[in-house]
Amino acid sequence: MLMRLISGDRPRSAILTVVLLAIFLGLLLAPFLFPGVRSLETAARISVFILLAASYDLLLGYTGVVSFAHTMFFGMGAYGVGLASQHMGRGFGSLIVGSLAGAALAAAFAFVIALFSLRVRAIFFAMITLAVASAVAVLVSQLSQITGGEDGFTFQIPRALGPANRMGEFMGVSITGKILNYYVIFFTSLAFFLLLLRIVNSPFGRVLQAIRENDFRAEAIGYRVVRYRTIATCISAAMAAVAGSLFALWLRYVGPETTLSFEIMLDILLMVVIGGMGTIWGAAIGATLMVLAQTYLQDLMGSAAEATLAVPMLSRLLDPDRWLLWLGVLFILSVYFFPAGIVGRLRAGR
Amino acid sequence: MTDLLQTRDLTVRFGGHVAVDAVTCAFKAGELTAIVGPNGAGKTTYFNLISGQIPASSGTVQLMGEEIGRLSPSERCRRGLGRAFQLTNLFPGLSVLENVRLAIQAHRPVSGALFSMASSHSALTTEAMSVLERVRLDGVRDQKVSELSHGNQRKLEVAMLIALDPKVYMFDEPTAGMSADEAPVVLDLIAELKADTDRTILLVEHKMDVIRTLADRIIVLHNGELVADGDPAEVIASDVVQEAYMGKELTDV
Repeated sequence: MLMRLISGDRPRSAILTVVLLAIFLGLLLAPFLFPGVRSLETAARISVFILLAASYDLLLGYTGVVSFAHTMFFGMGAYGVGLASQHMGRGFGSLIVGSLAGAALAAAFAFVIALFSLRVRAIFFAMITLAVASAVAVLVSQLSQITGGEDGFTFQIPRALGPANRMGEFMGVSITGKILNYYVIFFTSLAFFLLLLRIVNSPFGRVLQAIRENDFRAEAIGYRVVRYRTIATCISAAMAAVAGSLFALWLRYVGPETTLSFEIMLDILLMVVIGGMGTIWGAAIGATLMVLAQTYLQDLMGSAAEATLAVPMLSRLLDPDRWLLWLGVLFILSVYFFPAGIVGRLRAGR
Repeated sequence: MTDLLQTRDLTVRFGGHVAVDAVTCAFKAGELTAIVGPNGAGKTTYFNLISGQIPASSGTVQLMGEEIGRLSPSERCRRGLGRAFQLTNLFPGLSVLENVRLAIQAHRPVSGALFSMASSHSALTTEAMSVLERVRLDGVRDQKVSELSHGNQRKLEVAMLIALDPKVYMFDEPTAGMSADEAPVVLDLIAELKADTDRTILLVEHKMDVIRTLADRIIVLHNGELVADGDPAEVIASDVVQEAYMGKELTDV
């Protein structure tokens, strides 16, 4: 049963199993293990980014296609939910319609981009996605009547998912709509994550791996490489849009900064690379690490700086304002020591 | 016997160099044709034109009477044109079994391709195993291809071609670099394939003893041109072949 759920793709390393279980249980029980607004915020963010990074890995790790438009697809899902809730009124119907519309639009965009560029060369695809993503980002900030421009806009989500919806206490934690909202996000993300895991372990996924390994031979034994790459791109885009919808649902806000910015694109790239390309599990680890680092590294450095006040140079280096520097150092080190990502390293070390 | 494969005036130019020059040739079912010629004669290029890796400058390729000269390599393969490569050309990060399964899956639509587990398609696995047994690779089914010995990689290359179950088999020096005790496995297999009379086999080969045992017919390419075509014994003895080979390799045999 469990094997079918994870599509027979075992972590294949004891440490990895423990880490993945810890992430799973941590997220599953987050409202009870880590009460507090900020930790729930972090857990929700992790849930969303695991799905986003996993969907990107389907492209980068399994198909060998580099895309810079993943935040655009992410944004389509987010704006889909935002606009639907704004115009159709708050309600679960708006959420579903918005998500489906966002995913469909993302898949359609991906299809057109793939059709025009994958035929030529994979690198061309990277350039086209960069151009299209920039154009869409500009468009979103210009069409401020519809999108709220640079400021974005807030919208209302169903009352059941709002903080005002109190449903009593459980294990000493008062259960509000906010926690319910968290579980909607967590379980949706989990379901799509498992779906991605299934897709990469399906006969279709095997062909994608074959194409990544040797596209020349894949074509020679009868696979239409362009068609497979196009389908993978569309699935990946639709999944990213779903992640975007979840993110908007959590934030009750959409704006270019939270969904379309190039920084997020880089974050996704790093999550996949650090976790380990070509393993959906890697995306889960990479996303968790990145979000945790982004959220807590500053705090950690703040206390470290205080502790080392007596040491002149060190305390300056550890100043919380330097957190990006240290994040950068961590990336370089991890890519240097784990070129195959954390999952690749752990599996090789069996 | 019918012509399974036919090329007419098949030509490719790279700049001013004509690598394959107006080769017209037909290959019948139940026949094994050896393609010989010195290095650089255009044998592999001729293969590439037939299987579609390189587009032809002019001329046509027909498979079972249908023009396939403008189709993609994958489409040609699906229509029954199978090709093994001279330089081993596999999926190095995947297992031996997975490589063969992929070749079988390529010409057999699987149900639930997107949402079923690859490992649940046991019919594919069974068939892949029977192919691996034929080339004696069943013992290393779970090894990564990049970890295989050269000889075993060559065998897998042949297994991939058999797994495609094509109408036209194209072997490009299948035993190159194989040890003396490994080569017979592959050669026996090719002899077995020959017994199947509705297929045709094209074999690029340098070793004359192999050609003498297996070939029903020899064609000779020299500077991209077809210079001889016929019964193996006659062609080997002919002046044109002796000249093409600079009187070396062939007289040695």
